Amino acid sequence: MGSPMKIRASVKDGVTEIKVLMGHEMETGQRKDANGAVIPAWFINEVTAKLDGKMVMQAQWGPSISKNPYLAFKVKGGKAGDKVSVTWVDNKGDTRTDEAAVT
Amino acid sequence: MTQRLMERRQILTFLGTLAAAGFVLPRMAFANWDKVAFEAKTMDEALKALGAGTPATSGDVQIVASDIAENGAVVPIQAISKLPNTERIAILVDKNPSMLAASFDLTPETIPEVTARIKMGQTSNVVVLVKADGKFYAASKEIKVTLGGCGG
Amino acid sequence: MDRASVGIMAFLAVSAAAVTVAYAQKDAAQDSIEAYREALQDGNPAELYEASGEELWKTPAGPKAASLERCDLGLGPGVVKGAYAQLPRHFADTDRVQDLESRLLTCMQTLQGKDPKPYIEASFTAPPKEEMNALAAYISGQSKDAPIAVTLAHPKEQAMYELGKRMFNYQGGPYDFACATCHGQEGTRIRLQELPYIPSAKGAAAGWSSWPAYRVSAGQMWSMQWRLNDCFRQQRFPEPVYTSDATIALSMYMAATANGATMKTPGIKR
Repeated sequence: MGSPMKIRASVKDGVTEIKVLMGHEMETGQRKDANGAVIPAWFINEVTAKLDGKMVMQAQWGPSISKNPYLAFKVKGGKAGDKVSVTWVDNKGDTRTDEAAVT
Repeated sequence: MTQRLMERRQILTFLGTLAAAGFVLPRMAFANWDKVAFEAKTMDEALKALGAGTPATSGDVQIVASDIAENGAVVPIQAISKLPNTERIAILVDKNPSMLAASFDLTPETIPEVTARIKMGQTSNVVVLVKADGKFYAASKEIKVTLGGCGG
Repeated sequence: MDRASVGIMAFLAVSAAAVTVAYAQKDAAQDSIEAYREALQDGNPAELYEASGEELWKTPAGPKAASLERCDLGLGPGVVKGAYAQLPRHFADTDRVQDLESRLLTCMQTLQGKDPKPYIEASFTAPPKEEMNALAAYISGQSKDAPIAVTLAHPKEQAMYELGKRMFNYQGGPYDFACATCHGQEGTRIRLQELPYIPSAKGAAAGWSSWPAYRVSAGQMWSMQWRLNDCFRQQRFPEPVYTSDATIALSMYMAATANGATMKTPGIKR
């Protein structure tokens, strides 16, 4: 399930800027806990974004992306009220989708 | 025609049938996480896995990041391509155990400017790799990672 | 060399570094750090904690199955907007000067019927404190851009301020340290970290207006109580009790000195 994302999308001069904050540990698999046991890797490895139902970004991530990831990008087109939908999938198969309207 | 080629043709036909039936999704609908590229141990291996070989250094690939990161846990990077028909932007960190941090597949509508935050274990070169018109280009920037004081 | 000596050596090295670089010119490195901090401002993961804090605020919990929505943070029951910018303050019902976290514990006790003890005793990374940190993120976020307006009108507020000033300058512990050792002079820094001069309005504002904050180093949301607790630890002082008067006094001293400055909470830090 994961915690809700924070998605902001605003359109200006025909370009929609999309900013996303995701709540995720992004554990590298390189760290050890207090008992010396390796903490297993746990990270978002796929992110997809749609604007008005159309795929506009598809990313593959590794464990080098920071904890609580932030992603920002711009797309030509879009208008106020359009729906932005972002989905992530992590390496344990957990997934989450959140939506926001373009302002 | 050898048996082997025959088999290959049959497999391709089979895949085509699956795709037609909707079992194999088109590239933009579902990505297969590129395990080989993400688990590469050297920059050459990572570039090879990404199909980039030896990318040409290009001034049209830009890395916007501060020269010094106050903390390596979060290093903001903006990767920009000025090249027409940019299809993909990847961010790699030379001295990280997992060199490939992220790879973004873009559509023609996506402006090739992507901002992300990466972890850096130590001072290192950060490489932005761009695939445009089927060719690979790259730029590199050294980012120093400092140790902090008491945390503001 | 025993552990303490190693610690002292490390500390001496740090203070030597602080002194040697203290008055260095605004160099390229400093500019670069500024650029780094600027880049962080754009997407602050504290927003994620604000969202979970808001949910905690609005969700019924505790033996009385009540939410915190009727909690009086100083501007009347249920008023969150702008409340953090006016804390700490004196509350008639408890006859105490309280900071946000101390006040939240009061509300959890009175409205929800919760025992504050587990919240006080839990480590800062344990679940009860995670609730406090998230609530602090949410409530402080509702004072973002508000002017800091702490009053010393009540005698207990004035007394708390005076106590905070004394606490700030109180020198002790194994390193014979005070808050003022690092924060009592203009223009110092440790490595590349500038140290705010807390007795000045500007320095107090730099400190007070940007906490609670998301710490990128550990990916944690820190409340002001956590920040202060860590200051005590860094001085090798005995650990203060969560929401004790010593911590509220320091907050009162900083907040009142920062009066008029703009809240930037929740902040984001290295």
